[in-house]
Amino acid sequence: MDFRTLFEPQTMAIIGVSLSNDRHPANVIFSKNKLRYPVRIYPINPKGGLLQGEKVYASILDVPDKVDLAVIAVRAEQVAGVLADCIAAGVRGVIVISGGFAESGRTDLQAQLASMAAKAWLPMIGPNCLGIYSPGHVDTFFLPSERMVRPEAGAVAVVSQSGGILVDLLVKFAEEGIGLSRAISIGNKALVREKHLLDYLVGDPATKVITFYVEGFAENEGREFVQAAARSPKPVIVLKAGKTPGGSRAVSSHTASLAGDYAVFSAVLAQHGVVEARNEFELINFCGSLSCYQETIGNRIGIITSSGGHGALAVDTCSRHGLETPVFTEALQTTIRQRLSANVQGIAAVGNPIDLTGSAVEDDFVAATEVLCDVPDIDCIIVLLLPYLPGISSDLGARLSQVYRRERKPLIAYVPHIEKYKMLIEGFSLNRVPVSSSIDGAVLMADALRRCKAC
Amino acid sequence: MLNPAMTEIFEAGRAAGWILEPEAKTLLAAAGLDVPRFARADNLEAALAAASQIGYPLVAKVVSPGIIHKSDVGGVVVGVGNDGQLREVFQRFRTLDPGAAILVEEMLPRSVELIVGAKIDYQFGPVILLGIGGTGVEIYQDTAIRMAPLKESDVPAMIRGLKGRRLLEGYRGSAPVHPASLARLLLAFSGLVMEVADRIESIDLNPVLCFQERCVVADARIMLRRP
Repeated sequence: MDFRTLFEPQTMAIIGVSLSNDRHPANVIFSKNKLRYPVRIYPINPKGGLLQGEKVYASILDVPDKVDLAVIAVRAEQVAGVLADCIAAGVRGVIVISGGFAESGRTDLQAQLASMAAKAWLPMIGPNCLGIYSPGHVDTFFLPSERMVRPEAGAVAVVSQSGGILVDLLVKFAEEGIGLSRAISIGNKALVREKHLLDYLVGDPATKVITFYVEGFAENEGREFVQAAARSPKPVIVLKAGKTPGGSRAVSSHTASLAGDYAVFSAVLAQHGVVEARNEFELINFCGSLSCYQETIGNRIGIITSSGGHGALAVDTCSRHGLETPVFTEALQTTIRQRLSANVQGIAAVGNPIDLTGSAVEDDFVAATEVLCDVPDIDCIIVLLLPYLPGISSDLGARLSQVYRRERKPLIAYVPHIEKYKMLIEGFSLNRVPVSSSIDGAVLMADALRRCKAC
Repeated sequence: MLNPAMTEIFEAGRAAGWILEPEAKTLLAAAGLDVPRFARADNLEAALAAASQIGYPLVAKVVSPGIIHKSDVGGVVVGVGNDGQLREVFQRFRTLDPGAAILVEEMLPRSVELIVGAKIDYQFGPVILLGIGGTGVEIYQDTAIRMAPLKESDVPAMIRGLKGRRLLEGYRGSAPVHPASLARLLLAFSGLVMEVADRIESIDLNPVLCFQERCVVADARIMLRRP
């Protein structure tokens, strides 16, 4: 199956537009793509007529153009007929938005669609989904444009079984400055499933990090998925819902009891180099760092800050995640101290964390970062910035990023994410240095690099 | 490949839904796993004859398709010292199940007890588990799980993944576990599990007794896939 035209269609049909209700999902999809995306778009309704001045076609078979992507938003029992027309018309890809299938007991209707599409070798997303948001190309989410929060175009692809979680993740991506390459809501995944999209995204030049929200796999589907993920040269992140065992099933063996569904899921993911995010917070931070760095690191972290408390909390979090914060050698401590400005040279702590104190100036941060870049025993540097200190300006982000670009040792920053500090944050993020809005998040960013074997 | 004798053991277990310990051990031995010297006896005379072969003291276990959790019903006796004691034990087992057979087995010294297990996971197929074993296995819940088949490099990583790994490295005077034997056992087990994945639901080897030079499966239970 060729997925490319699903994500970058030239022509698109919206089947099921309403001639009287402009808030109908199909109409929302029609409007946003007509106004905002570079596709030729054909509305379809058996009654014909006009929609926003455009001719409405009675059937996809009447459309005088090869259609790359058909979005189907008609009632469940009509979908099979519409799908048959799409196949007859030679449509290259289909998204079925409509619900009323397996999720409400109609597995028969769903199986019928899957079998029709499979026979025709036609990639079909859904049913019961939002479809695809491919920045700059197409958006089949039936959410009015003005209501959606859109992250910038970027490196991370997200595939989600839940449309709601997906839209919510886009909000968080936008907040945290994480760029999006593709967002795909796969709904009931009757035909196109996680493994197919993983295969496609591995070859998708727009995508560097592949993320999944998974509720569950079908029988043996997980095996194929992790085997494909282990071969992926791009980092794969998975957030699993349904971690707690459902009720107390009678289990006849110790192994069956000890190796419950989630225990197996989590262990097998790790075995195959997939980074498991335990919650949304981890997921966001993993995406943030893996979209900047795709090289695996060791577990030794150097911490630079201007507050003892920030350093202590970061060390605690590192230890909880199995990351080490080794105390620097006497010789190294002396080197660091010699590089510091006169006002902090006598008072800074230089053991790891390096606490430059509230009297630090920008040159102290740059010097400490430069020294740690030269230490082979440190795999990653976390800089915890307190932007309200008088010695620091908005330039520090860009200055530290330059050190990274020269030395290439992964650098992760913590800066509170509020409007006032945006220039400082962008000094990092525009130079591809990840910035977290929390100390815990910055540590998770380092943890992702250590855990990801594929990168 | 399963040989005909192994296939027969699976067929014989079908009615009960599981494979009893003597047959499970025969199967494991055929797959290259180390098991204690043992014999299954269906009557007292055969039990006494087997005991004289193996030598006292020995371990006696009840063999009955109706008794899955043997130690819960007093169906495991360690340190049986002579014919008289064996006779008593045999008669008591017969009160648990009038048709019960008896397993008499070489008694091994105390050692680190591990669990090695397998189950067919719905999403991922056959998986292998290594953990701190013994009767407290579900209390400690200290396990490492991998999707089968195992690679050689998986074994040290699994051991490192156990909270109780120091017990395996020789803790406070106890002898360390022989890593090569444990690796050999896990890899042979993984091979067997892949071979019988469509026939089983789960396998418990618990405990696996680990010594300085060998790892021995002291108890085994194979639950068959329900038709």
